[in-house]
Amino acid sequence: MDLSFTPAEEAFRGEVRTFYRDKLPARLAGRVRLGQQLTKAQQEEWHAILHERGWLANHWPEAWGGTGWSVTERYIFDMESALANAPRALPFGINMLAPVLLKYGSEAQKAHYLPRMLDGSDWWCQGYSEPGAGSDLAALKTRAVRDGDHYVVNGQKTWTTMGHHANMMFALVRTGDSERRQEGISFLLIDMNSPGIEVRPIITLDGEHEVNEVFFTDVRVPIANLVGEENRGWTYAKYLLTYERTGMAGIGTSTAALTWMKGIAARQKRGGKALLDDPLFAARVARAEIELANLSTTSLRVVASVAGGGAPGAESSMLKIKGTELRQEISDLTRRALGPQAQPFLPEALEEGYNGEEVGGEGSSAAAPHYFNLRKLSIFGGSNEIQKNIISKMILQL
Amino acid sequence: MDFSHSDDRRMLADTLERFVASNAGWQKRAAATKSAPGYDAALWAQYAELGVIGALFTPEQGGFGGAGFDVMVVFEALGSGLVGEPFLTALMSGRALAAAGGREREIEAIVDGSKVIAFAHQEGAGSYDLDTVTTTARADGAGWVLNGAKTVIHDAEGATALLVSARSAGSDNDAAGVSLFLVPAGTLGLTINGYQCVDGGRAAEIVLKDVKVDGAALVGAAGAGSAAIRAAVDAGLLALSAEALGAMGVVRDATLEYLRTRVQFGEPIGRNQALQHRMASVLVEIEQARSAVINAAAALDGAADVRERILSGTKYTIGKTGAYVAEEAIQLHGGIGMTWELPMTHFAKRLVMINHQLGDDDHHLMRYAALGRAA
Repeated sequence: MDLSFTPAEEAFRGEVRTFYRDKLPARLAGRVRLGQQLTKAQQEEWHAILHERGWLANHWPEAWGGTGWSVTERYIFDMESALANAPRALPFGINMLAPVLLKYGSEAQKAHYLPRMLDGSDWWCQGYSEPGAGSDLAALKTRAVRDGDHYVVNGQKTWTTMGHHANMMFALVRTGDSERRQEGISFLLIDMNSPGIEVRPIITLDGEHEVNEVFFTDVRVPIANLVGEENRGWTYAKYLLTYERTGMAGIGTSTAALTWMKGIAARQKRGGKALLDDPLFAARVARAEIELANLSTTSLRVVASVAGGGAPGAESSMLKIKGTELRQEISDLTRRALGPQAQPFLPEALEEGYNGEEVGGEGSSAAAPHYFNLRKLSIFGGSNEIQKNIISKMILQL
Repeated sequence: MDFSHSDDRRMLADTLERFVASNAGWQKRAAATKSAPGYDAALWAQYAELGVIGALFTPEQGGFGGAGFDVMVVFEALGSGLVGEPFLTALMSGRALAAAGGREREIEAIVDGSKVIAFAHQEGAGSYDLDTVTTTARADGAGWVLNGAKTVIHDAEGATALLVSARSAGSDNDAAGVSLFLVPAGTLGLTINGYQCVDGGRAAEIVLKDVKVDGAALVGAAGAGSAAIRAAVDAGLLALSAEALGAMGVVRDATLEYLRTRVQFGEPIGRNQALQHRMASVLVEIEQARSAVINAAAALDGAADVRERILSGTKYTIGKTGAYVAEEAIQLHGGIGMTWELPMTHFAKRLVMINHQLGDDDHHLMRYAALGRAA
């Protein structure tokens, strides 16, 4: 047993810290710290900075512009990124579609799309969920019918994150009516500027525009945009969903959020002393800190197992459940810490360049909206109940 | 980063697990509990011969292991067999004696199994507070006179001696002024009233009435016992946490087996999502508990300020999770989970009662918070 990192890994950590100290613009870190969305321009600015350093697609093969980092190095990078309040690279192209193209895509698709992810030419969104197909994804109905050298797509996708910024979508569409629903699904790359596509915003309960509905009416997609084989899309989709991602537990994000919350609790008062010294609140904070310390080790155990050649199967379900519960808990504590001053709703304070006063101090206007926004964590990416189904099936074999 | 145990440690664990599997068990524990000393003395000698007691101490202390991860693997194996022999007593008294210094002979006797020295520190008034000592030690010529009472002292009836904390200076809740004394069994004025514990094993109420001991009974320097007590408790917290982890594994496996085999409404009850989700949560919490114990094992050999905080974080986790796992297991078993004859229920009782030893989850949560503020 040895819980420490090697000197080489520590040196790597130093390199990452130096990069963030020198290259991460404070105005971007400030937005991330409060859980605020980046604008399209800000996101592109950050991608360009990461790309220039060669770290944007750090888990890709080196031949395609990746870094050749070990699982442990990737873990350290993700951790330090979160601690620095660095924006996350948008996952849809780089983390989700790229592995699928690398494994199942044609040479032409790889050569065309992968460089465009790196240089920012394409902004990808994900077309999976539909009004009638959420957790039960295989129930999807959006249909693609062959017509010469095109597919004609009709239907509707929903919860399309950042779809209003995207110029490309990877989508699951129904191409066959096999008895097994999973066997009639294909994986298509769709140009969002095609005639017949309409993107409508969904405003979430915190007042934000992050997700969208996307409607398809006789949208023509070249058959060259089919990934892999027709009707085999479910296999690729599953590969994408189980594609191992480090940082699943969000240890760095939770650590940074805890630090922020404790800063608020140190300046808020209860009974004439700092809220952080109030026994009940201190106990709540302690509970979150202990959970985080435990989860950090659980997460490193999974990293070590993967680095040793193990497969991170259902363990990632555990990390997802505990990691999301903890992040929600910390956002709850942040909201509590502000007391009555969590109430004001100031959408303008969440915009870039806001210089006005905030009732509960700098950043306070973001606390309650962020708390509501983070309710999504236990719903998306396979709800936490679905994760328990996976644990029951894969580990408990019930 | 490496989360596997060394070969030597793995071998120790394997040997011990095999020995425990064929020699321990809840029925033996329950039977031994009925009378003093509360455990099987012959078995204790065998554990000593196997080197298991020595594995709890460093070579400097007189053992041949003693790292946090040694304590972890030993107690996890003990927990998986509900072992009732006085390992925790040996560990805590031995660690206290080693920290105080100059007690090599006694530690040697603990390691070879010839002596059991009960750790007689806990008092009723102080609950889990380590510094509350109202038992008094008054200098009397070259010796000392002890007066006071100790509560729920494990393995006291069969002990050859008691390691007693008593206040030689300061007021009731001061860390300074607490001294440790080795009081031989049978000393005049020492009364030991033993009883069974809910989860097996035996403990006793201790009364010290004008107990006279000679100057050589003082362990370490007068008034400086607090550090030795803390060394004992630190090791004890890790040991109890690892023991709980071993017991949780047994409870988990038994419950899973029951979910697979018990049939109601024409199918195994484990087909029900309501039960699957409860079991999945139990599994997740046990993995978190394992991480907590790993953190504690790594911290035991580290710096004091960080160590105590991490140990409290671990004991909090274990206290909370142990009771949760026990309650869920009983519920998932249904009626049969209420019976004495089901082995699982004895592990469940042990899990809950571990929360009553060396501080429960509330105590350690507050201690964790307080140590964080001090930092």
